[in-house]
Amino acid sequence: MNAPVTSFDAVSVAVLPPVARFNLRIAPADLAVASRIFGLTLPAKIGEGARNGDRAAYCIGPDEWLLHAAEVDQSAIMSGFDTARAETPHSITVLSDREIIIGITGPAAIDLLSTCCPLDLSRMAVGHAKRTVFDYAQVVLIRDGDDAFRLEVWRSFFPHVHGLLEIGVRELAIGL
Amino acid sequence: MLLIQCPYCDDALPELEFAYAGEAHIDRPQDPSALSDEEWRDFLFIRSNVKGVHAERWRHINGCGRFFNALRDTVSDRFVTSYKAGEPRPDTSGKEPAQ
Ligand SMILES: [Zn+2]
Repeated sequence: MNAPVTSFDAVSVAVLPPVARFNLRIAPADLAVASRIFGLTLPAKIGEGARNGDRAAYCIGPDEWLLHAAEVDQSAIMSGFDTARAETPHSITVLSDREIIIGITGPAAIDLLSTCCPLDLSRMAVGHAKRTVFDYAQVVLIRDGDDAFRLEVWRSFFPHVHGLLEIGVRELAIGL
Repeated sequence: MLLIQCPYCDDALPELEFAYAGEAHIDRPQDPSALSDEEWRDFLFIRSNVKGVHAERWRHINGCGRFFNALRDTVSDRFVTSYKAGEPRPDTSGKEPAQ
């Protein structure tokens, strides 16, 4: 895909490179097993995230985690979980191609996201992630810094969401 | 915007993240074939339609994904409290609705 990049001084919107992405459902009591397989301590509380190099884990439900890794590690991670399945029941699904990641950075990042996201983003801690809505499209929003967010959008919703962000950037740029 | 407390996320979040799912605490009959037509009709369709504090199911569909229950005043649209699925309806008699 041609990566469209839209920016002005206060905020920029960029399509980020793909990652290996998994949805993990496992009993919270077995979290240590999942952490050992994935090589990163999975956060226990909804909204929290953990990151080490290219591995990241975000707790998005009481027994649900979103995992990120380098694309080359995808099959090794899957076989690690496959090996543990007999002892520790869980479900892990590869979502790598389902979503496109949009990076939103700059001092006006919250202003831009707030045009379509109903959350009070000033309350969201850096390093946390939430499943939420962006103008009726379900998304996962990750906060990487005070002025840096990533939006994970289903491929089929991408033209709609990215189009709204482009309009938002233009409106902010002319001072609306 | 109306904020709804999700007992799993332990946070008050925008109504747009939630879906309403009907009256709470309606148990599916253990032995449906033992029911009369009238009893089955009542289970499927007859609801209390409270004017006042109503126990109802909600789902945090654009969030943690979980179903939970809430007490909401159907006159003021004010949420009294919310609680996890499977927990009994809290006794809120004499308690003012949460702000
Ligand atoms: Zn929730």
